[in-house]
Amino acid sequence: MIDRLKFIPARLVQSLPVALGVTLIVFLMAHLLPGNAALALLGERATDASVAALTEQLGLNRPIWEQYFIFLTRLLQGDLGQSLTYQLPVTDLVFQAIPVTMSVLGYALTLALLISIPLAALAAFRPGGARDLGVRTYTLLGQGMPQFWVGIMLILLLGVNLRIFPVGGYGTTMVDHLYFLFLPSLTLAIAMCPTIIRSLRSSMIDVLGSDYVGTAKSKGAYGVALLRDHVLRNAAIPTVSVIGVNLGYLVGGSLVIEQVFALPGLGSLMINAIFARDFPTIQGVTLFVALFVVVVGILTDVVYTMLDPRVDFASKDQT
Amino acid sequence: MTDPLLSVRSLSIGVTRGSTDPTLIVEDVSFDISKGERFGIVGESGSGKSLTLRAIGDLLPRGVEVLAGSIRYNGTELVGMPRSSRRKLMGPEIAMIFQEPMTALNPVVRVGEQIAEGPRRYLGMTRAESMARAIEMMAKTGIPDPVRRARAYPHELSGGLRQRIMIAMALSCDPRLLLCDEPTTALDVTVQHQVLRLLEDLCDDSGAALAFVTHDLAVVNQTCTDLAVMYSGHIVESGTVREVLSDPRHPYTQGLLDSAPDFDRPERPLIPIPGFPPNVASRPSGCPFAPRCPFVVEACRTAMPPMVTVAPGHGAACIEADRISRELVAR
Repeated sequence: MIDRLKFIPARLVQSLPVALGVTLIVFLMAHLLPGNAALALLGERATDASVAALTEQLGLNRPIWEQYFIFLTRLLQGDLGQSLTYQLPVTDLVFQAIPVTMSVLGYALTLALLISIPLAALAAFRPGGARDLGVRTYTLLGQGMPQFWVGIMLILLLGVNLRIFPVGGYGTTMVDHLYFLFLPSLTLAIAMCPTIIRSLRSSMIDVLGSDYVGTAKSKGAYGVALLRDHVLRNAAIPTVSVIGVNLGYLVGGSLVIEQVFALPGLGSLMINAIFARDFPTIQGVTLFVALFVVVVGILTDVVYTMLDPRVDFASKDQT
Repeated sequence: MTDPLLSVRSLSIGVTRGSTDPTLIVEDVSFDISKGERFGIVGESGSGKSLTLRAIGDLLPRGVEVLAGSIRYNGTELVGMPRSSRRKLMGPEIAMIFQEPMTALNPVVRVGEQIAEGPRRYLGMTRAESMARAIEMMAKTGIPDPVRRARAYPHELSGGLRQRIMIAMALSCDPRLLLCDEPTTALDVTVQHQVLRLLEDLCDDSGAALAFVTHDLAVVNQTCTDLAVMYSGHIVESGTVREVLSDPRHPYTQGLLDSAPDFDRPERPLIPIPGFPPNVASRPSGCPFAPRCPFVVEACRTAMPPMVTVAPGHGAACIEADRISRELVAR
């Protein structure tokens, strides 16, 4: 096992060029957008002189490659610049927002697995049956429902009408967080479930028809024991990569969710920064999200290696 | 004679999915296996031999079902028994060995764990005890260095070792009936021989009966005491191995013998059976072998010939059984 995880350092080195590319795109993105940051900062009534002064102060009048170089140098020192609207270091803002977004994502993933695994199993045990049809109908509907709409419906039902869950906010203690984040996480989970269920259902059908499940049955395994000991781990292998790919998209999804549920996460930070043309903050959030996707990619491979003893990235990297 | 360990009567198996009229794959099959007996079922691909075996273990693939008949194990009717109680028989009473040891072992679980699963479930053993049992079974099946090998995954072992793991797994709960579905087909000839020897020895030690499905008459000749020959879902001939192979009364059995090499008479030409086995969906009425049979008479095409006793303990489903014996002697 440890041997097979030796691919991680190599994979980290491989992702350096990717990270560099990301910084370039992030940097250029902000500069290619129309609009002048100095003007946006000072407001409509700014004098030409004050705009010029601020442009000079922010270094916006220097050649673009020089600006990129300065950006990179500061980045390596952990400095993403000052937020133009909050007057705080961007790194502080991002690091305040990360726990919120990551908790929602982790929470949502947990809920999604708790929902998906039983539903996929229910569908896979008798493909074409009534329960399978029900589950497949849900996956179809689930993919068609926009997240913000699901969120609003959940707020109306569980928050406003039944008053079981708070409709927004984050809370202060750990237990509070679990309680406050339930609705937004459920909303994200409902968006994640259809893809997971579809992948898990089809791989479970394959696994249930495999010879080794026949062997397990010939050893007397049935029902939950059969599922737990012989189906789940094998069926999870293809689903892990599906989840890995989708986690990246979900960060984008959390943008909307955080807005609907008024959560102080990366999504809210991003949206406010976009409206304020707060380029350093936009850069900071985008950069972090991009790095997150890279890390999730590596994590996916780690989980893969742990689930399937036949996978050996380490030796493949050496040859 | 005492009651048989396993008694199959008029068993019919068919595909039920997708049609109101099920397609019969196995029809009216009956045989007995007594304690400690080694019973071979011989037939070509698609003859229904594997499905018959799987029906005994309640391991039929999805969409294939037992449509009629009875399977009694030790006096208990298995057909119609609730799945949960039937599965409880699998392991301590009935065990199964599959054809392809690569796909029949769970690729993500260490082989020791896979062997230990049964003992843990049935013999009330702790994790450590069941692992010790697994290693003991591996040693018994002649796997060198079982302590280290128990921690291996199936893909790290050779075909012969994997089949030994399967055998260790099947015998780990001391079953009284061992179902073998072409256990040596995926192995090369020398390993095949070792594995067969091993199976015989272990069954002798534990007194387990063997139901052995194969397409290879030589394997049956080596391993089994009794056999049934299946063709297109029917048993066409059955009896003791010695009796049937020395005096075959069904033209299909005879055809099988003529088309396989005989190492005692290497100069004998191999005679293939002309034609192909019928499609199960459009089986001819009457004897399914009639279109390929050199002895066919008009009556063969109207009704399936009944099983007739041609000698004590030797039956053949052929109306010309006597003539076939005489012609063989004349040849």
